[in-house]
Amino acid sequence: MSSSSKPLTERIETENGLVDLAAYQRAGGYDAARRVVTSMTPEEVQDLVKDANLRGRGGAGFPTGVKWSFVPKGDAAGPGHKYLVCNADEMEPGTFKDRYLLEYDPHLLVEGMIIGAYAIQADKAYVFMRGEYHEGFRQLSRAIDDAKAQGFLGSNVFGSDFSVDLGIHRSGGRYICGEETALLNALEGKRAQPRYKPPFPPASGAWGRPTIVNNVETLCNVPGILRHGAQWFQDLGNGDDAGTKLYGVSGRVNRPGLWELPIGTSIREIIEEHAGGMQAGYQLRGLLPGGASTDFLVEQHLDLPMDYGSIQAAGSRMGTGTMILMDDSICPVAMSVNLQHFFAQESCGFCTPCREGLPWLESLLIDIEEGRGNPGDLDVLSANASYIGAPGNTFCLHATGAMEPLNSALKYFREDFEAHIERGGCPYREGSA
Amino acid sequence: MAKISVDGVEFDAKEGENLLQAVLSAQLELPYFCWHPSLGSVGACRQCAVIQYADEEDTQGRLIMACMTPVADGMRVSLEAAHARDFRASVIEWLMENHPHDCPVCEEGGECHLQDMTVMSGHTARRYRGNKRTFENQYLGPFLNHEMNRCITCYRCVRYYQDYAGGTDLQAFGSRARMYFGREEAGVLENPFSGNLVEVCPTGVFTDKPFSKTYTRKWDLQSAPSVCAGCAVGCNTIPSERYGRLKRVHNRYNGSVNGYFLCDRGRYGFGYVNDDARIHKVGVRAADGVFDVISAEEGEEKLGDIVRDGAIGIGSPRASLESNLALKVLVGEENFCTGLSSAEDALMRLILDVYECGGARIPTLAQVEEADAVLILGEDVLNTAPRVALAVRQSVRNESLEMAEQAGIPLWQEAGVRSHGRESASPLLVASLLPTELDELATHTCNGAPESLAAAGFAIAHRLNSAYAAGEELDGPTQSFVDDAAAVLSRAKRPLVISGTSLRNDGLIKAAANIAWALKAQGCDAGLLLTAAEANSCGVGMLGGGVDLDTALRAAAAGQALVVLENDVTRRADPDLVASAFSGSTAVAVLDSLENATTESASLVLPAATFAESTGTFVNYEGRAQRFFEVFAATGETAPAWRWLSKAGARAGRNDMHWQHVDQVVEAVASHPRLVGVADAAPNGGHRNAAGNRVPRAPHRYSGRTAMNAGVNIHEPKTQVDEETPLSYSMEGAMGDQPAALTSYVWSPGWNSNQSVFKFQQEVGGAMAGGDPGVRMLDAEPAQVDFAQRYRPLQTPIGAEGDGRFKLLPTHSIFGSEELSGRSQPIAERGPQAFIVLGAAEAARLQVAEGMGVRCPELDATFAVRVEESLAEGLAVVAMGLGGLGDEVPSERVTLEPDPEFVPPTTLIARG
Repeated sequence: MSSSSKPLTERIETENGLVDLAAYQRAGGYDAARRVVTSMTPEEVQDLVKDANLRGRGGAGFPTGVKWSFVPKGDAAGPGHKYLVCNADEMEPGTFKDRYLLEYDPHLLVEGMIIGAYAIQADKAYVFMRGEYHEGFRQLSRAIDDAKAQGFLGSNVFGSDFSVDLGIHRSGGRYICGEETALLNALEGKRAQPRYKPPFPPASGAWGRPTIVNNVETLCNVPGILRHGAQWFQDLGNGDDAGTKLYGVSGRVNRPGLWELPIGTSIREIIEEHAGGMQAGYQLRGLLPGGASTDFLVEQHLDLPMDYGSIQAAGSRMGTGTMILMDDSICPVAMSVNLQHFFAQESCGFCTPCREGLPWLESLLIDIEEGRGNPGDLDVLSANASYIGAPGNTFCLHATGAMEPLNSALKYFREDFEAHIERGGCPYREGSA
Repeated sequence: MAKISVDGVEFDAKEGENLLQAVLSAQLELPYFCWHPSLGSVGACRQCAVIQYADEEDTQGRLIMACMTPVADGMRVSLEAAHARDFRASVIEWLMENHPHDCPVCEEGGECHLQDMTVMSGHTARRYRGNKRTFENQYLGPFLNHEMNRCITCYRCVRYYQDYAGGTDLQAFGSRARMYFGREEAGVLENPFSGNLVEVCPTGVFTDKPFSKTYTRKWDLQSAPSVCAGCAVGCNTIPSERYGRLKRVHNRYNGSVNGYFLCDRGRYGFGYVNDDARIHKVGVRAADGVFDVISAEEGEEKLGDIVRDGAIGIGSPRASLESNLALKVLVGEENFCTGLSSAEDALMRLILDVYECGGARIPTLAQVEEADAVLILGEDVLNTAPRVALAVRQSVRNESLEMAEQAGIPLWQEAGVRSHGRESASPLLVASLLPTELDELATHTCNGAPESLAAAGFAIAHRLNSAYAAGEELDGPTQSFVDDAAAVLSRAKRPLVISGTSLRNDGLIKAAANIAWALKAQGCDAGLLLTAAEANSCGVGMLGGGVDLDTALRAAAAGQALVVLENDVTRRADPDLVASAFSGSTAVAVLDSLENATTESASLVLPAATFAESTGTFVNYEGRAQRFFEVFAATGETAPAWRWLSKAGARAGRNDMHWQHVDQVVEAVASHPRLVGVADAAPNGGHRNAAGNRVPRAPHRYSGRTAMNAGVNIHEPKTQVDEETPLSYSMEGAMGDQPAALTSYVWSPGWNSNQSVFKFQQEVGGAMAGGDPGVRMLDAEPAQVDFAQRYRPLQTPIGAEGDGRFKLLPTHSIFGSEELSGRSQPIAERGPQAFIVLGAAEAARLQVAEGMGVRCPELDATFAVRVEESLAEGLAVVAMGLGGLGDEVPSERVTLEPDPEFVPPTTLIARG
């Protein structure tokens, strides 16, 4: 493994596709895991990941090494298993970064999980994978089999006295399974409803035992850190954050796609240089920076670096880092209908504001879009959105996330909503009608 | 204790308790749905939102869910802050988007928690313009209606049914705004505590089906505090009447006994009160063998004549202490029998002897839930004392509660507690004749004949303390059960031993006592719970009789006159003996409420009131005297049996039983040294509140009294006057300040549903204000006896005699084994077909298999065969009370033969 600027994707580029075990090992794969398991203490691994300032790539950005350190050690954990669970339930609209890693470099995840499991001394590891990821499942299954055959997984990993089993659980397919405690319930065969915290999973997770849930991309960053060190990882990033990030762009750009770039690359650079800019005849009106559950950003935000702090300061979230662009041909109300339909449909049904509030907002938005809006509807929308959206008002953050694009749409594109109500129809449709 | 400030007013609260519970305990108003005092908090409905302030400077605060927030000293919150009120109104508005506007025809109407909370939260105008969602409902059996359109998705039903009651066939299906709570497919809800869904559901999804069939508005019900007549647990109930018919039974909260929940036998077993077979007139058998109706006065005279020259009196464990005492006084102690079968009577005496030794604590049901290790020795409590089984089910959680406490998870944080400690359970050891439903929770089980189980019990006591003699040799599995039980029980801080009379084996009771005493001697807080069969088994046992049933019947057979009180003796004694008693006796007077085989053989029948039409006292398994009150006045000549007996006594020239009022009989009962506490079981008829008022039986919204009779006569009939009890036949009087024993309904302004019970508790989920009803009469200091030597194991031969005949052993069914509830339609519908359980080898020998039929010529009965691998040769187990069987199995061995004619009943479900 060279000290590359693209530790996540360089092998895929070299191989021009799938990185199998031989290719992965040719590039130095599993050396880090072997060294960790045979010569480092779990605490040393945790400290190194802490020092590297690796933050969760699933969207929340929680420091990974710190999360690992919450797992009780030794006798404090009580008798029974400890679990490392990889969240590969990538269901965020517009997001396909984990899929890329799963399908093309599955050993990177396996190695990351061996190291992660060792760091928290987990003897059971699961990849909770989106049900539709058939190719990812095929490739990861083979990678796990190959690694097992080499003695990298199972009993006495790399000949050490550390053992860990790794299995794949294929999700039945609910967005909420991306929420780590709903994921754990689903993994246990229960309804995919989030759990109340505390207790947090590191104290009481899968089957009531200490559990760490990490995103695919997060775990895939771990082997590089262990190989090249914390400082190397820190140096990869621009600004405060460390490492690289898989950034994606969907929408009417010339080259929609996915790129591994230093974390903190500006939005403008991602869109204009990597995605090739907007297609001719289309103007950018706004973008969801990190999936459907992040607030709209607009023109004025384009020069912001895509990192956790800068995007948050602008009132949104970097989320998964895979942005969805809205151009000037798209009706913001119609887009809000689509988004709220998704969130209402994906509500787990546990708490009232989310279960009953989201469908009402969706139906109000449909009314507005289809010309049945009333003058008071925007007040009802805003009031409900603020009640549903405030963190803590709902049981988990699903509805909070749902309100981010709606609240910001009402802020940045309010005139569109008002025009719908005043005209009794959608101005974007009138031209074609 | 913590001090919390709520809207600027300081209250005391328990540190760490959830804020919602603290706020309600402080008698403040805060709406909620998903939280329930017995089910904890899960944070689903978001209805109990309040504002919490960081400190005195904080004017903004933040919205929190009270049910999910622990109380901390110095906490500052507001229920009234505009943001909190608005959010709560929004929650209701969201819930009401899809809730149908069918309140006028909804069975929940008038006591709907959703309605109350909607009014409380101030959601009055509808803004949602969409359609309401609809669902298909399911047939759920004879107990419950299902109307899913009304569901507000609070999750209480599945949390109660699955987590609390252990049911598996009610589940949450679907997701988002299409959550569905029901069964995988339509069918009978199997859990025998399903009826509590009626009270657990905050709106009208699960409603009381028998009640719906003859629906009455809730505020038109006339109710009284009562005690369940279904078994010996003595759950507190509120039966309700309209137009002379008993309409329904609801739970009456008693923090020490039933808490918030009843079993389905108790809730749905009252139908016999309204039965066509009720006796309402006095009948005397004429020369042609047919009953002639005579007047009440003639009846009294005739009964007086019968007892004048002495008679044998057979009492009843299903009759009140007052009626039993009246009979005892009338015939004299030496001629009085408790009415228990001779076998059960001996066991009841044994139980009283055990309790009077004072060697171990007699647990309340609340204490059963606190036990950290439970041994059940021989008693199938789910089927003989069902509510005990529900309490045992909670006890196995104690280990996981301890784990949660160590992990810093508040015990009310239900989902966290259940998730964290799910693999830990407090030990439950079940030694039973046949596998029981509780086995699924058991850490150790063992099956065997009653004698083997008793031997195991003696061996456990011996292992705990060698001063207690061991019984006979045990087989390997039993020995390992004994070893485990001794180890597990001696580690416990609050171990509990449960046994009872249902297998008619004294060894079980003695062994259970030995175990509890041996544990107690080790210094732990050991409990001993011994159940009996019927609502007043313990009461008649304590009252005592001079003769047992068989002796009484033999005396009758020899020509003595016989007075039978509310007892179908054919269920309790050998049929030949009963027949000779009926034919040999000079006169058989029977006082009862329903026609049965005994009334059929009587020469004089007097109509006795049921529990619903009379006032009296039952004593439950723990020796708790509890008063039940007349719900409505008896019709026709029907009267409480004690009154017939008292009048007959007067006719017979007795001057020691001129009882006009029930209080006088209560006083007479209380003169018995063992039964002194009966006097204090409830306030007497003279009780009035501070304003001098009685407690009304009807809520103040009771309507149409003046019109009720208008179809017959426009003149309003005189309001009935209750001469005897502190209750009145009125909607006026004391409201809210009645003693707990006089709770005829629970209501509080703004709280029309049973949720209002917290207004009458000392703290939410705690004891009733002024103390839980009932007086415990069997608590005793340890007696000066040699506990270890008191009960020695018996050497009993076990096993087949090789003649191909079978020793019959009893088993019980929650539905059908108990006499009166078994005659109530919905219970009968749930009752199994008469069945017999055979060991695998015996079934093979008889060439029968599961579902085939077997005939017993001696009993003239046919049974459906069930096969239980483990049952020993020469044994067969039959379900009592079903297929013509009574409460006793014959002592003689019987023959069994395959019945080729046997046709199993169709299992088609009658929908409706």
